[in-house]
Amino acid sequence: MNQLGTNHLLYLLIAAQWTVVLSLIAFAGGSVLGLAIALMRVSKLGVLRSLASGYIQLIQGTPLLILLFLSYFGLGIIGLKLVPLVAAGISLTLYAGAFLGEIWRGCIEAVPKTQWEASDCLGLNRAQQYAYVVLPQAVRIAIPPTVGFMVQIVKNTSLASVIGFVELARAGQIVNNSTFEPFVIFSCVAAIYFALCYPLSVASRYLERKANAGR
Amino acid sequence: MPEGEAVVRVQDVIKEFGPLRVLDGVGFDVVRGQTVAIVGRSGSGKSTLLRCIAGLETIQGGSIEVCGHAVGQPGSAARAQLRRDVGMVFQSYNLFPHLTVERNITLALMLVKKESKDSARQKAAEVLRLVGLTDKLLAYPEQLSGGQQQRVAIARSLALQPQIMLFDEVTSALDPELTAEVLAVMEDLARRGMTMITVTHEMGFARRVASLLVFMHQGKVWEIGPTAELFANPKTAEFRQFVGSEL
Amino acid sequence: MSYKFDFAFMADRWPDFVAGAWLTIQLTVLAIALGFALGTVCALARVYGGPVLRRLVGAYVEAIRNTPLLIQIFIVYFGLSSLGLKLSADVSAVIALTVNMGAYSTEIMRAGIQSIQRTQLEAADCLGLTRLQTILHVVLLPAMERVYPALSSQFVLLMLASSITSQISVEELTATASLVQSDTYRSFEVYLIVAVAYLALSALYRFSFWLIGRGLFARKRRLGTSL
Repeated sequence: MNQLGTNHLLYLLIAAQWTVVLSLIAFAGGSVLGLAIALMRVSKLGVLRSLASGYIQLIQGTPLLILLFLSYFGLGIIGLKLVPLVAAGISLTLYAGAFLGEIWRGCIEAVPKTQWEASDCLGLNRAQQYAYVVLPQAVRIAIPPTVGFMVQIVKNTSLASVIGFVELARAGQIVNNSTFEPFVIFSCVAAIYFALCYPLSVASRYLERKANAGR
Repeated sequence: MPEGEAVVRVQDVIKEFGPLRVLDGVGFDVVRGQTVAIVGRSGSGKSTLLRCIAGLETIQGGSIEVCGHAVGQPGSAARAQLRRDVGMVFQSYNLFPHLTVERNITLALMLVKKESKDSARQKAAEVLRLVGLTDKLLAYPEQLSGGQQQRVAIARSLALQPQIMLFDEVTSALDPELTAEVLAVMEDLARRGMTMITVTHEMGFARRVASLLVFMHQGKVWEIGPTAELFANPKTAEFRQFVGSEL
Repeated sequence: MSYKFDFAFMADRWPDFVAGAWLTIQLTVLAIALGFALGTVCALARVYGGPVLRRLVGAYVEAIRNTPLLIQIFIVYFGLSSLGLKLSADVSAVIALTVNMGAYSTEIMRAGIQSIQRTQLEAADCLGLTRLQTILHVVLLPAMERVYPALSSQFVLLMLASSITSQISVEELTATASLVQSDTYRSFEVYLIVAVAYLALSALYRFSFWLIGRGLFARKRRLGTSL
């Protein structure tokens, strides 16, 4: 049995960097997908709306853990060797895309109808209305809940440990396997997650208050 | 002033919200069976006074006595007694939205007075007859008009058989027609000899029904006396002006 | 690439999946009920409690909401047992899920309770109701009604998150999948089936909460407005 020491803590902190990297990948991927989903959800075409809402229902009705396994083994099927980072990145992107899509749809719809009408009267086409009038306003509304959702992303990267990707949670298990002090180690792991998430939570609440005060 | 036993004694009451003195040495007595109307401009402290009598606010000075018990005394026994003696009706009705009209009325009967369901239901039916809403027993508050809701709120208080009823601008949120139906119920109550203190903007009602009129101004009882007398001979310029502006 | 899907294993193994799903239902119904009760009490403490109590509840909520459920499960199962408190995997799972549910319920119910106007409390006070009676009869149901959509989505999310308890060998639906796939090597098919099972469970839970809502908030049904 190894004595728990600073090198273990260092190991956890290094692994936490992978948690951050994975979070950023998921957020970047999820943002692109989420924007597409949100725009589809408010599209004039019924087919696109149904597709997007079907996608959201599908993802929001399935555990992220199962998505992770499906990506992992699904990649194996199409012949890609099982790369945990890729599988985790894909499944987290699919997951974040659905949730961000739903959040952002609400933000787009929160922009008053009169803004559409006004820009329509000025002769802007639909793409221009989105680009110059609606989205800039929706983004302002979207910032607080989006920052809040980042907390979910960071926490959920811990599931990548299950397919063997060595991020913070997996590192905690590895250290535990050699030191057998689960309470201390997982408390440290929890504390590091907290240090990553809490500022985001506080920021989200602060931004929300500010947005409400400004209205 | 009519002779008789004073059921409400308000003496030198001082009420402050932070640096703001809302009641500045208010005092008067209410005799059993009397109908008192408290009038005055908004901000004169009249609603605050009523809330103090109801025990909803703590006072910083003076004393309030209701049926021989001091209001604002610590200890739940005194408070429970106050709740038995005094019923309160609010401007915003404050019916419980998730309960039927009947349940709104029977709730306190069963929880506080520990009455059986049957007896509580019987009382509910009785008080609803009194306010003319027998057919609304099973309705929910939001299915009723504002006037009907306010009548239910009155019935809810009446069911507990209080000695004194307090009315806090109960018609201020209502249209004129609805106001009339609520005032009719209150007039009826006054005729039946209920002791009532009403804070009101309805000068016509005050004139018709109130035996004692209290005019509040700047946190003080500015004028007080039998209603007819006060209207006939206003002593102060403020009251004269107030009456003029309300007509 | 050519991959042939093969679901033949289901002929033998479907009872395993049913058993796993049943355990998922048991675990999550229990955790939802207990967690909601815990959350409601904490929300009341957060709104009506003294400053110390409010801070304690606040700390609990923040600690849970800013750390992964996986780690919370590890702390309960591995951590507590290393401190001498030996709990079975199932019990650990229920505890961790309950504590997690409790924190989210606290936040949601707090919003509901704060939305009840002060005048409603005053009216109850004037009718002579005690504080406890007021909370039970005047505050809780309307508070719950206002946040019911958020509550029921959170309940469904908890059901989905319970898949994580497979990591401490609770033999619920996801763990069943791991077991079957290691026997059959049809990993993708196995997880597809489980994904469909979870979708069905989500639908079942949503429908159940909708029914419960209709029952609890009778007024809405009568008025013909949807929940």
